[in-house]
Amino acid sequence: MAPAGVTAGAAPVRARAPAVRLRAAGLCYGTRTLWDGLDLAVAPGEFLAVLGPNGSGKTSLLRVLLGLQPLTHGTVELAGRPARRGSRTVGYIPQQRALDPTVPLRGRDLVGFGLDGHRWGVGRASRRRRARVLEALEEVGATDYADAPVGRLSGGEQQRLRVAQALVGDPGVLLCDEPLLSLDLGHQRVVSELIDARRRAADTAVLFVTHEINPVLPMVDRVLYLVDGRHRIGAPDEVLTSAVLSELYGTEVDVLRVRDRLLVVGADEAAPAHCWGQA
Amino acid sequence: MPPAEIIDRIFTFEGTGELLGYGFVQSSLLAGALLALVAGALGPLVVARRVSFAVHGTSELTFTGAAAALLVSASWVSAGALIGAVTAALVFGLLGLRERERDSVIGVVLSFGLGLGGLFLWLYPGRSSNQLSLLFGQIVAIGRDDVWLLASAVLAVLVALALVWRPLLFASMDPEVALARGVPVRALSVVFACLVGVATGLAVPTVGALLVLALLITPAAAAAQLTANPVTAMLLATVFAEVAVIGGIILSLAPGAPISAYVTAIIFVIYLGSRWIGAVRHRSGARAASR
Repeated sequence: MAPAGVTAGAAPVRARAPAVRLRAAGLCYGTRTLWDGLDLAVAPGEFLAVLGPNGSGKTSLLRVLLGLQPLTHGTVELAGRPARRGSRTVGYIPQQRALDPTVPLRGRDLVGFGLDGHRWGVGRASRRRRARVLEALEEVGATDYADAPVGRLSGGEQQRLRVAQALVGDPGVLLCDEPLLSLDLGHQRVVSELIDARRRAADTAVLFVTHEINPVLPMVDRVLYLVDGRHRIGAPDEVLTSAVLSELYGTEVDVLRVRDRLLVVGADEAAPAHCWGQA
Repeated sequence: MPPAEIIDRIFTFEGTGELLGYGFVQSSLLAGALLALVAGALGPLVVARRVSFAVHGTSELTFTGAAAALLVSASWVSAGALIGAVTAALVFGLLGLRERERDSVIGVVLSFGLGLGGLFLWLYPGRSSNQLSLLFGQIVAIGRDDVWLLASAVLAVLVALALVWRPLLFASMDPEVALARGVPVRALSVVFACLVGVATGLAVPTVGALLVLALLITPAAAAAQLTANPVTAMLLATVFAEVAVIGGIILSLAPGAPISAYVTAIIFVIYLGSRWIGAVRHRSGARAASR
C-alpha cells in the first residue's frame, strides 16, 4: 500500500527538472503565428503570470501544456517528460462559469472528480478516498458547503472548490485559466492566496493566465507577456514598463503605478478586446 | 358523461387480481420493470448533459427504423427499431457535439427522418397500423422470450454504464475540466449516445415513444430536486420510474385504458411533489444560511 502522504514519491524528481520547459516552441493556426521561438523554463514553486490581449494565445499555451494541442515547432516538457493528454502532473483551474443548479452534484463530488474522475469503472467509496477529498476541502476552507449542490454556490465558493479539485491529485504544475474572472475583490484575494500558499508549501509551479495582473502582482515571480506573435519574459518590473509594452504592442503604451497597482494605458486601443488593469 | 362516471371508469379494480395471474400481464410487468431500471440509470445523465431533445428525437426516429424494417419483413420490426434508434442517437451524438448547434441539428435530422418513415409506411403493401403502434407501444404483446431478450439487453447496457461510470459522470457534469484532465469526452459522448440508443430502441416498441421520454427525463428531473448526490439521484430516479411503470400498468389493467396515461400521470405527480419538497427545503436552507 502507498503511504498516506502521496507527495513523497514524485517530489525529488520535480525538485531537479524544471516543472515546465518549452524549447523554441511555436504555435501557428494556418498562416497565423500565435507565438514562436518561445524558450521558457518554469521552476518548481515558481509563479508565472501569462498576460496578453485576447487572441494572443494564452489559452492555447495552456492547451499545449495539457497535451490537447500539439506545437507547430519546438518541444514541451512537464517535469522532464513530453506533455501528454491526461498527465497526472498537471492540475487545472478553469474560469468561473455558472453551473446548472438543477444538476445533482455536490462540492465533494466536484473535488472527487479531480482525484479519480478519469479512471474507468464505478470506483469504491473507500475511507482513504473520503479522507483525501475532505483534506482538500479543508485546505481551501470549503467543508461547510461540501454537501451543497455546486450550482447553488456563489462564484467565490465554486472557485475554492475548483482549487481543491485541482490540488487533490497533488500536481507538480498548476495551470490556471483566468480563475479570478467574475469574482469580487475579496474572493479574488482568497482564491489567489490559496494558490500562492500551495505553491510555497508544496513547490508547485503555477502558470496563471489572466487579464488582470493586480490581484496576483505581489505573488508573481515572472511574467510571460504575449502580443501578436511577439513575447517577453521577465520579472514584472522588467516587463511591465512603458518601454517594453510599447515595443511589444508597436504603439505607445504607458504603464502607471498607482499605489500598489499597475495601470496600463494605450494597450486597449492597440488591441480593442484587451482590457486589463482598469478595475 | 358525468364526472363521477368518468372517475369510475378510470379507477376501477374489478378483476385486477385475476388479470395479474395471466402470463402476458406478468410479462408486461417484468418488461416495464426492466425498462424503468435502465431509464432510471441513464436519466440523470440525460438531464445533466441536456440532451432531452436528442432523446425525444431518437425515440421518434425509432419509428423510421421500424418502418424501414417492415418493408423487408414484419419479423424485423424490433431489429429495425433498435438500428433506427442507435443510428439516430449516434447522429445526434456526433453532429450535435457543440451545444449551440445541437437543437437545430436535431430538428433537421428529426423532420427528415420522420418524413422518410412516412414514405416507408406508404410503400408497405399490408396494413401497417397494427405493426406500428410504435408511438404508444404494445406492452401487452410481450412474450416470455421477449422478456429474456430485453433482460439481457438491459444487463448489457447497465454493465457498459458501470464500466464508463466515473469518466462519463465527470464528462457529463464538468466537461471543460474533464477534457483538461485527459478524459476522452468526445468518445464518451458517442458511447453514451449508443447506450441511450439501445435503451430507446428497446423501449419504444414496448412502451412507446411517449413513455420513453416520461421515463428517462421526468424521474431524473424529480430526483434532482431532492438530492445533490449523483448516485442517490440515480437510485431515486430508478425508484420513481419503477413506481410509475408498475403502478401505471396495474392501474390500467381493469379499465383497459392506455398504460401511458397512468404512467405519465404518476410520474408527473411525483415530479410535482419533488419540486414542492425541493422548494421548501431550498427556502428553509436559505433562511438557515442567512441567520
